[in-house]
Amino acid sequence: MERADVSLKDLFLVFAKVGAFTIGGGYAMISIIQEEVSRRGWLSDDEMPDIVALSQSAPGLLAVNISIFTGYRLRGVKGSIVATVGAVLPSFITILLIAALFGNFKDNPVVIRIFKGMRPVVIALIAVPMIRMAEKVNHDWTKWTVSVLSLVLVAFLKVSPIYVLAVIIACGTAFYYWREHR
Amino acid sequence: MTGTALLFLELFLTFFVIGLFTIGGGYAMLSLIQTEIVVRHGWLTESNFTDIVAISQMTPGPIGINCATYVGYDVVSAASGSPALGVLGSFTTTFALVLPSFIIMLMLVKFYAKFHNDKIFGGVMGWLRPAVIGLIGAAAVILVLNTAWDGVPLFSRPEISVVKENFPDWKSWVLLGTAFICSFKFKVNPILIILAGGVAGLLIY
Repeated sequence: MERADVSLKDLFLVFAKVGAFTIGGGYAMISIIQEEVSRRGWLSDDEMPDIVALSQSAPGLLAVNISIFTGYRLRGVKGSIVATVGAVLPSFITILLIAALFGNFKDNPVVIRIFKGMRPVVIALIAVPMIRMAEKVNHDWTKWTVSVLSLVLVAFLKVSPIYVLAVIIACGTAFYYWREHR
Repeated sequence: MTGTALLFLELFLTFFVIGLFTIGGGYAMLSLIQTEIVVRHGWLTESNFTDIVAISQMTPGPIGINCATYVGYDVVSAASGSPALGVLGSFTTTFALVLPSFIIMLMLVKFYAKFHNDKIFGGVMGWLRPAVIGLIGAAAVILVLNTAWDGVPLFSRPEISVVKENFPDWKSWVLLGTAFICSFKFKVNPILIILAGGVAGLLIY
């Protein structure tokens, strides 16, 4: 399932691009990864929900976990290291420049205006891959119910996403184990 | 010099633990960093940290990485008086933060590869996928409503200040709508849309 034709250099460059344009958290990364990775035929669109599901179930940052997972799928352990370094490096350099040289960055009026324009746009870019995934995954009303329920729990009742996933993993494992072994 | 070496070791261990116990994403991580760095170790003041959080939210990249990098630089360069050592501090905190994810994710990927076609695993994944779609939707809704979840209450911690200006006015909604149509209907490259959003912000605000 590894892809020897994907060079480590390309993997690094793609994830550096993803890292540089991830504004507003790991979920904002999904649309860029899909664009960059699917277009190159590295992964199929069907794999994206699985990658996000497992990355969100593990500790750490979603963006980092997605990079590790995708890098590993393409080029093994080496690939996961290269993808993660690529995704983290733009942040690292930007923050160091600000910390060392531009301490007043956040009060700069030009910066504030640029980010005022970017933030609403990023929300649209989170919504679009969600709709595309839902079209593929949610074939019947039971799956739609799970999607809507987890959205309401997390967004409006402020339940941590990890509880939603933990309950599904626990109940699902118990149910399917019972069905296989009864 | 031994004092600085000890500081590096302490920073490494602290951020390794933060990486290991961050469950629920970047905002949960900010709370943990605040508890450890400001409250427990007193390496930074509350107002220092508030500035760092604001900058971490404004710059590209994962918010937890931004914050860890900044804290590593500030703590070490303040303690040693050397900006070069500060860069090494950034490297230490960022590396320590990512390391636990790395170990756990590699185990998880191997598990996934092995049990990919297992009936029980496949069954559970069948329900995790729609749930994740809900979580992605929730991320969008939370950004619109300007509220952030606080993660798992593993540790008691103070409140975190979050940038609350995603939607200052009606122009923001026009930007959101336009970006949505460009992406959904015309499949415009997301990076192009983000850059266009920045340019639009510069022109209309």
